[in-house]
Amino acid sequence: MAKEFEITDEMRAAIGNESPAWTYEVTTTSVRAFARGVGYTDPVYFDVEAARRAGYRSLPAPPTYLGTPVFIPGRSSDTFTFPTQGQPTVKHGLKGLLDGGTETEYFSDVCAGDTLRVVNRLENLEVRESKALGKMLITTQRTIFTNQDGKVVAVQTGQAIYY
Amino acid sequence: MALLTWQAIKEGDALPELKKRPGVTQLVKYAAGSGDFNPLHHDYQFPQSKQLGSIIVHGRFKYAALGELVSNWLGYAGRIKKISCQYRGMDFPDREFVCRGIVTRKWEENGEHLVALEVWTESDEGKKTTPGEAVIAIRS
Repeated sequence: MAKEFEITDEMRAAIGNESPAWTYEVTTTSVRAFARGVGYTDPVYFDVEAARRAGYRSLPAPPTYLGTPVFIPGRSSDTFTFPTQGQPTVKHGLKGLLDGGTETEYFSDVCAGDTLRVVNRLENLEVRESKALGKMLITTQRTIFTNQDGKVVAVQTGQAIYY
Repeated sequence: MALLTWQAIKEGDALPELKKRPGVTQLVKYAAGSGDFNPLHHDYQFPQSKQLGSIIVHGRFKYAALGELVSNWLGYAGRIKKISCQYRGMDFPDREFVCRGIVTRKWEENGEHLVALEVWTESDEGKKTTPGEAVIAIRS
């Protein structure tokens, strides 16, 4: 828990930085794995025929699922599967990490068979204080998902809390 | 499933609630499906789990469960334009939390039939651990 924490000019300079692009895949197997992990029973997320009957071109990505990052040992986080170079870095020295919130805005459908090009941008840094965690650094990141046709299908905005 | 129509939706409508009671096995399935293998969600020996006295449910699992709540209600009658939530409190395995939602607004914009929802998860102690919002476009 940090009593004092300030955003330095060096940290502030990272705002606007973008990560190199990485590939996220949406496959029939990955959609089923996610839907099964959440506990869905709706057949459209499992059975391609049921999905087609419902009007989808293949299994639709369940809400909040935007593909699985391609995993390559040494280049991907063993814990989070994200590319290690996939997050613009801020050197802040804080050890604790909590997920603050997530917003997903969709511009088009995402279905099994789609390959997404994903870029992360550091949008904002902010310091807040809580009784339980002391001074916290709140980072806001925007993740832009572009499909194989060059269309931005979704933008996800997330807050990470470092304390 | 009867198709949900724009006509039938009213402000104040409650979505059918969705009960969740993920055990460790379910959280392991979610870890595999999402790629999030943070030991805080499956390993009781992990230092942060020991510190908390338990593993905890992924925030993103609750976010996805709110997505399932909306998907179950919507069926194939439209699409989600936006869905968000904030992770305000922890939920623990083998304890029930309930996903709920209500229609807060219904309007037309640029030829689209839109519905706004307030959604949230409620712990077995009655705390809103994951409040959020969604905007849906209804096809007909």
